[in-house]
Amino acid sequence: MSAFGWLTYAWNVQLLGPAALRINRWLSESRDKRGSRWNAETLAPPLKISFKNKELVGRHWLEGRYANLRHKVAWVTSGAPVEIFKALDYYVLYPENHAAICGTARVAVELSCEAENAGYSRDICSYARTDFGTLLSGKTPVGRLPKPDLLVACTNICQTVLFWYRVLARHFHVPLIVIDTPFVYYKEASAHALDYVMRQLEEAISVAERVAGKSLEERRLRTTARLSKMASELWLEIMGRNAHRPAPISVIDQFIQMAPIVEMRGDPETVDFYAAMLEEVDQRIRQGIGAVKNERKRLLWDNLPVWYRLRYLAEFLGEHGIALVASTYTNAWGELAPMIDPDGGMDAMARAYTYPILNRGTRYKLETMREMIERFDLDGVILHSDRSCKPYSIGQMDQRDRLLKDHDTPALLLEADHNDSRSFSEEQIANRLAAFVEMLGVEKWQRSAHWG
Amino acid sequence: MAEIRALGIDVGSTTAKMVAIDGWGNMIWHFLEQADPRVDEQVEWFLLSVQEANPELTYYPGKGVEGIPLVATGYGRKLVQQATRQVTEITCHARGMYREMGHGGTLVDIGGQDSKVIGIGPKGEVVDFSMNDKCAAGTGRFLEDTANRLGVPLVRLGEVTLSASEEVSISSTCTVFAESEVVSLIAHGVPLQPILKGLHRSLIKRIVAMIRSVSFISPLMLSGGVVRNPAIPVMLEDEMNEKVIVPKFPQLMGAYGAALIALELYEPKF
Ligand code: SF4
Repeated sequence: MSAFGWLTYAWNVQLLGPAALRINRWLSESRDKRGSRWNAETLAPPLKISFKNKELVGRHWLEGRYANLRHKVAWVTSGAPVEIFKALDYYVLYPENHAAICGTARVAVELSCEAENAGYSRDICSYARTDFGTLLSGKTPVGRLPKPDLLVACTNICQTVLFWYRVLARHFHVPLIVIDTPFVYYKEASAHALDYVMRQLEEAISVAERVAGKSLEERRLRTTARLSKMASELWLEIMGRNAHRPAPISVIDQFIQMAPIVEMRGDPETVDFYAAMLEEVDQRIRQGIGAVKNERKRLLWDNLPVWYRLRYLAEFLGEHGIALVASTYTNAWGELAPMIDPDGGMDAMARAYTYPILNRGTRYKLETMREMIERFDLDGVILHSDRSCKPYSIGQMDQRDRLLKDHDTPALLLEADHNDSRSFSEEQIANRLAAFVEMLGVEKWQRSAHWG
Repeated sequence: MAEIRALGIDVGSTTAKMVAIDGWGNMIWHFLEQADPRVDEQVEWFLLSVQEANPELTYYPGKGVEGIPLVATGYGRKLVQQATRQVTEITCHARGMYREMGHGGTLVDIGGQDSKVIGIGPKGEVVDFSMNDKCAAGTGRFLEDTANRLGVPLVRLGEVTLSASEEVSISSTCTVFAESEVVSLIAHGVPLQPILKGLHRSLIKRIVAMIRSVSFISPLMLSGGVVRNPAIPVMLEDEMNEKVIVPKFPQLMGAYGAALIALELYEPKF
């Protein structure tokens, strides 16, 4: 690295940037402007720790801007075995997270159009289209994306990533590691499937070492895995706290607070962050504070969030005293915590990365939902039928049916898309939600009425 | 006429309806018109008509009828400023139908531009529902458009369909494509009746798919403007292998339910 590059990095990423972000957090904390934009009458303000989240995520993307100056950069899918690359000092970027940021910033459609104009079909996942749009136009709300030196696609979330990353490989002319994780049809993955994944992980390490120009130290890998495990365990514990009534942290809050567990897993700061969050959540429980004031009904959310309408959903449900208490999506970043075994070597890693919810059958998802309904004492389910995410949405019709018939749990299928607002029909969604809310019997007038 | 105690209005995409009920929940007056895009004017006109029919009532323009609660439902419900409350058509239809029939069941409501299936429990509560409001297939609009193409007046649509001894299959569920399919069938000399029957079958199949997507509760009930077409209940019975029950005023169930909710919620001022 040139001396100038070294200085630029040190100045922006290690001195000026973090200082500015920290001061910004201090100022925000002292003004305590939490949630001033969201309906404070029905919703508790976001957690105080949100300011820290903003700082952490801000720093991550700031580091990304200059990452090429000091690190090798790996672009990876959300289910990739990140510990390997972290331990080799890569700056790890998650294109899916970048796309989600574009979604919340409401620029995803503009970017998707860039991709569609270049010939990519609207049937492709909107995360992929959003990121293709950034590649083609250079536009991004995070300032600048570092160029990858290595691409890692792990098929444990979907097959889209396989093609998505091939496009990236062709665009950037860099090596692509594909880790193919066979689908787990039954309760357990077969031994030969795990062995197959393990061999791919070993091959991935040698490619990653070659690109990084250094060898993987086992000690560092173990430390990173330990930090990953600790953060995932804390996240799982935080979500588990919603068994309390009222639920201290809504799923909408979880969507916002989950960024570090996805994109900064394996970092010590992430562990500290979630430890502090757990403390705050416990404090809320002690004080009897619920994420939704006057919580009357508790629901489960299935599938990805609708990133560009989080506030709308939070406020609509909040007005009716409905809390989103559990979600299969946020749970996905915690449920594997017990499987992460820092001392278990490649064997354990292969196992943990073969078992994400999207790599398992629809029956497993149904089981997960059933278990959540019981543990969190839920009154209903909203199944977001996400036009983009086929693997997550497939089976929802039957899952809805089973929930209703076998578990007497009302469930609503809500058709939308996690990033593409063109698939969000405002009126129709509002009408379905309103009808579902009436069906749950939470309207003020219903509570006073005599039915039947 | 008995004394009006509550009003319900259903502002749908094709028609607007108003129902007045007495203190016992009996329907004593109703009004139905093609929906006017200027909802406020139409509601105003409806309320004036109520007053005209019942001179003892006092209507305050833009506000409502004194002492008479009004619940609005349907797509345009939010535009009814005079309403004391807005309630979705799912809840209102279930309420109206339950009162009318005295039991629960699975209600299929096929309107001009939307259709819905509602599972109504033994106490009149909504147990499940499914809606189609994104696509004209599976709604009255599907038949209306294709009937237009064929030059058959809407009122005769059912009768002509039922007279068919044969049926051709229409493969497109999409209204626009079905229309071109019909044109091509006519060009090939296929007679009218089998085409119409095929079109009805296509609509009914969409509806049956919706029924299958909710938990079915017997009996099967049918409401909405499309019920005026006699081929619909007959073919639905045939396809579902279930007897279909139709209320006396199939188009008014939403407005009736709205009026019933209005009555339940607001103590009438005697
Ligand atoms: S298809 Fe689903 S799992 Fe795959 S990248 Fe898109 S959102 Fe993620």
